[in-house]
Amino acid sequence: MALDKAEVEKIAHLARLHISESETEEVTTRITDILTLIDQMQSVDTEGVEPLAHPLDVVQRLRVDEITEEDQRDRLQQLAPASEDGLYLVPKVLE
Amino acid sequence: MINSTVAEISAALAAGDISSVEITQAYLNRIATLNGELNAFITVCEDSALLQAKAADDARAKGNNSPLLGIPLAHKDIFCTKDILTTCGSRMLHNFVSPYNATVVERFIDAGTVLLGKTNMDEFAMGSSNETSYFGDVKNPWNTEFVPGGSSGGSATAVAADLCAMATGTDTGGSIRQPAAFCGVTGFKPSYGRVSRWGMIAFASSLDQAGPITKSAEDAALMLNVMSGLDKKDSTSIDRPVEDFTASLDQPLKGLRIGVPKQHFAEGLSREVEQAVRDALAEYEKLGAIIKEVDLTNSHLSVSAYYVVAPAEASANLSRFDGVRYGYRCEDPVDLEDMYKRTRSEGFGEEVKRRIMIGTYALSAGFYDAYYRKAQKIRRLIKDDFDRAFEEVDVIIGPTSPHTAFKLGSKSDPVSMYLEDIYTIAVNLAGLPAASIPVGMANGLPMGMQIIGKYFDEAKILNVAHQFQQHTDWHKQKSTALVTASGEA
Repeated sequence: MALDKAEVEKIAHLARLHISESETEEVTTRITDILTLIDQMQSVDTEGVEPLAHPLDVVQRLRVDEITEEDQRDRLQQLAPASEDGLYLVPKVLE
Repeated sequence: MINSTVAEISAALAAGDISSVEITQAYLNRIATLNGELNAFITVCEDSALLQAKAADDARAKGNNSPLLGIPLAHKDIFCTKDILTTCGSRMLHNFVSPYNATVVERFIDAGTVLLGKTNMDEFAMGSSNETSYFGDVKNPWNTEFVPGGSSGGSATAVAADLCAMATGTDTGGSIRQPAAFCGVTGFKPSYGRVSRWGMIAFASSLDQAGPITKSAEDAALMLNVMSGLDKKDSTSIDRPVEDFTASLDQPLKGLRIGVPKQHFAEGLSREVEQAVRDALAEYEKLGAIIKEVDLTNSHLSVSAYYVVAPAEASANLSRFDGVRYGYRCEDPVDLEDMYKRTRSEGFGEEVKRRIMIGTYALSAGFYDAYYRKAQKIRRLIKDDFDRAFEEVDVIIGPTSPHTAFKLGSKSDPVSMYLEDIYTIAVNLAGLPAASIPVGMANGLPMGMQIIGKYFDEAKILNVAHQFQQHTDWHKQKSTALVTASGEA
């Protein structure tokens, strides 16, 4: 499955990645190579095969809806590139 | 004593022949001498290690005699460690000091171990050579022009070069077993769900498992005893009693049924590796094992299915890195979208971006059935192959990697790198436990043998590996390529 540059740019946008003009060609080639590898699996008929999401087919364990963690807001916000008054700062979204 | 096994150091500590402070200092000296050359550690925790060693010695004086008390270890830098830099080998987390400990880390603290530092790795565990790390290549201690394998290359190198007694790794498609094979050490990937993933930075959540990298199968059993077991913080961890993995190490192998998959001895396997594994199988026959050929019909599809499942899950997991709450943020973003895009483009390396894009594509509108769902169906076929084989045999044995370590910089295209993991990936897709142990040397580099077991049959794999190590000494081979180090304790 060969991709064109426009498709690669669209995927990059969906993934919130910036790809410069000079990189696009190489990225397109590499991704096309990988998709060719992946397409080997299309050669097998899997009609009626149950997809496997977890090797032991277990179900998600649920817990009681209780607060078990302590509030660490200040501590965790110290890790942020920018925060103020308990809020995370990002570039202006609305004018 | 730094080249001893954990079991030996543990005995020496218990006998009072050595203190934890002494052995810790010896490893720190060795790291100071060799890490510049090997680049196995991203962070060395000298001061806290010596404090933990002192605390371990004090606890021992008060009667604590737990097996790993005072043993110096290293954690792969994918495990969150409280108040210690946790980078995952990425610029994205180059400044991230974790506010909490991973469950695995917490369990080793409870066991009284000493943390020497955090080991280098492929960025976000995506790689098979340790060349994708933001912190530089790790070198193979047997020959520093060669790769150590990946992604847990720093841990494998650290154990092989005696920079620590034992180390943790993680394995999504072979990331414990392949570097263990390339560096001549023992690596163990447990059954999916056996070890908690909480606090282990996620790559592909349905495949990732943590495990030990050690100098012997016995040491791997000692580490698994501490690492395994239910963790309520990880909803995929399995509620199942944890046995003492050392208990059955000495069981004789008479009557053991070993399956040999013909697909793992096909085209592409080097002559030296094939011969070494065949010799090992002959050794097992001498010990009373029965060898049977098994058929893993769909194993050739494992790499292609893996490169859908793993990137798809990675693209979702890595969407959290947005420059808002922690880690890297680009300079002077003009707006929110610019911030996201430049933060992620500058913070992630080429391989990580490539996999995010593959995963994003596979999950994008209209492609889900053709890619992710198709890959999950292939996973079922691969698991069914193993289930059928395990009706007839107790373990499956083959090579870990088709050849010995390759030269740094020699594999530049991603697809040839992906094919490196051709024998290991199916095990992750099926969620089975498997080990790699040293099985021989070729051209001055170690070779590895993979032992795959049934679900939760870790003890059997360890038994089979330990018995081999009782009758051979490949696991005791040491590199003489390194400069003669200081600290023999």
